[in-house]
Amino acid sequence: MRAAAVAIAATAFAWLLLRAESQAAIGALLLLAVAAGLLAARMRPAAGRATLAAPLAIAGLIALALLLREDDFSLLLVTRVLLVTAACLGLNVQFGYAGVMNFAGASFFGVGGYTAAVLAERMPHLLVLLCGGLAAAAVGTVLLIPVVRTRGHYAALVTIAFALLFRTFLEVNDTLGGPQGLKLPELRIGPLHFNDAIELGPFEGSFYLRYAALALLLVAIFFTLVRRLERSFVGVALDAVRLDELAASTFGVDVARWKIVAFTLGNFAIGVAGAVSAFMIGFIAPNNYTFAESLILVSVLLLGGIGNPWGLALASAIVIVLPEKLQVIQEYRFLLFAAMVILILIFRPAGLVPRPVRRLDR
Amino acid sequence: MSALLECRRLTRRFGGLVALESLDLSVEQGSVLGLIGPNGSGKTTFFNVLTGLFPASAGEIRFDGAAVAGFSPQQIYRAGIARTFQRSRLCLPLSIFDNLLIGNHRRLDHRLVFNLFSRRALRRQLDENIAEARALLAAFDPPLAGQLFEPAGRISMINRRRVEVCRALISRPRLLLLDEPSAGMTHDETVRLMDDILGVQQKLGLTIILIEHEMSVIERITQRCAVLNYGRKIAEGAYAEVARDRQVRQAYLGLE
Repeated sequence: MRAAAVAIAATAFAWLLLRAESQAAIGALLLLAVAAGLLAARMRPAAGRATLAAPLAIAGLIALALLLREDDFSLLLVTRVLLVTAACLGLNVQFGYAGVMNFAGASFFGVGGYTAAVLAERMPHLLVLLCGGLAAAAVGTVLLIPVVRTRGHYAALVTIAFALLFRTFLEVNDTLGGPQGLKLPELRIGPLHFNDAIELGPFEGSFYLRYAALALLLVAIFFTLVRRLERSFVGVALDAVRLDELAASTFGVDVARWKIVAFTLGNFAIGVAGAVSAFMIGFIAPNNYTFAESLILVSVLLLGGIGNPWGLALASAIVIVLPEKLQVIQEYRFLLFAAMVILILIFRPAGLVPRPVRRLDR
Repeated sequence: MSALLECRRLTRRFGGLVALESLDLSVEQGSVLGLIGPNGSGKTTFFNVLTGLFPASAGEIRFDGAAVAGFSPQQIYRAGIARTFQRSRLCLPLSIFDNLLIGNHRRLDHRLVFNLFSRRALRRQLDENIAEARALLAAFDPPLAGQLFEPAGRISMINRRRVEVCRALISRPRLLLLDEPSAGMTHDETVRLMDDILGVQQKLGLTIILIEHEMSVIERITQRCAVLNYGRKIAEGAYAEVARDRQVRQAYLGLE
């Protein structure tokens, strides 16, 4: 019951926030959210396992999308939140579980996007999305040797170098459109044409509804897989790799193998999300995939709670929606996120929604 | 009785320092060997070389008849050698059960497809592991078995030590290496932990090498002990004999 009430309240809140126009109303809503958050932090968590949480979240998102049906801009925001969540789920497997830092998230998102742009005219689009993920995973293998052979900060530096190289490569590469980038055709999956407005009898809706539905489906699939991975023998092995490589190897855990598996799976997820995103915006350029965007992805992870899929869905919403609705901070958003991450690391190092201790008996 | 472990001329150098010099050592199947000596005499280095963390500079190691020098830590563990660490190396944010699963790595199915999609078979294996973990912990401390899903960071020092021993035991190794299990514990706690370990040892026919500074423990539970000093073995035999040895008294026990 309580879970259902929370889901309805959250949906109503998201709707009000997305529809609010005046800065004063938005400010008031955000204060309300902060107050509710502080209150929730004081309450004891509901006993037992929240089996209803996932269906309720999906129902809430569908209700939200239908409430917003003709509001292009809000639906675009919701879809972007979902795609960032999907990408961060990938990042979470790498960083949150195996402890492999990846500061090139936006680059792998870009590999997915550029792969989609290049292949869109050549094969069915469902296959193109899959190839976006495969290409990101394949490009990631270039980094495997340095990432597996270095630890901590050094592995992070390797990925930072890659992020910078990747953007420079896109800018000078003429077949990929150079600084001007590439255009993508309309996304078509089976009979669905994603860029047509929706008319079903009396119901009319924005074409973004289809993208929102696809993004929701993607998040649901990745979310399920990530949760299953965490709650398995592999999840335990990945945690062992992150927490104590030496102890893990004395108990037979193949540290390099698990780092490779986590890095590759994560990049695959980021690449698929990037391919969907590229189709949705219809036009991609190197400027979409900067190092700053990679930092945004990492800040989502730190903000939400490393290793907790729910936390990073919440953090994606905050990081994407806040600067769009609060115009005062738009110019300063990187500054604001940096400050937010520092505050979180000081006062709540496990993030807004800390990862619970795994209970494999349930 | 035959030797389960045999080291011949085992040597490990760090630059100019010889941490382990031409060590000959053999351990009988089912016995407990004590390893003593002053700090820095090479005891832990011996464990680290044996478990493949540091490759040996020279010499050979035979475990159950097979040459295992040069094996990776993973291969050594799979061959049936498990260890504890001098300073606790549990994964503190994880539950006790998760820590035991890490110890049981070689007996678990780690195929990705199995873990993601065979939900029912995975559930069954998890339940089997939970039962086994409970039984093992109960052999050391019955209340501890009820705390299986507490984070390891939230239990007492002695329980952490017990969990660490159980993590090494759960995969049913043939040789157990204990690196100073009494460190940081009271005398009574040590006595109890040692009795519990001996109980399991006799049941499983386990072979143990024990590094220990508490001489009463060594005297009580080891059949033989070897004394190291500056990386060399200076004496070997039953504790009573070794303790009389002049060289040993000079180097380690103190000469009146």
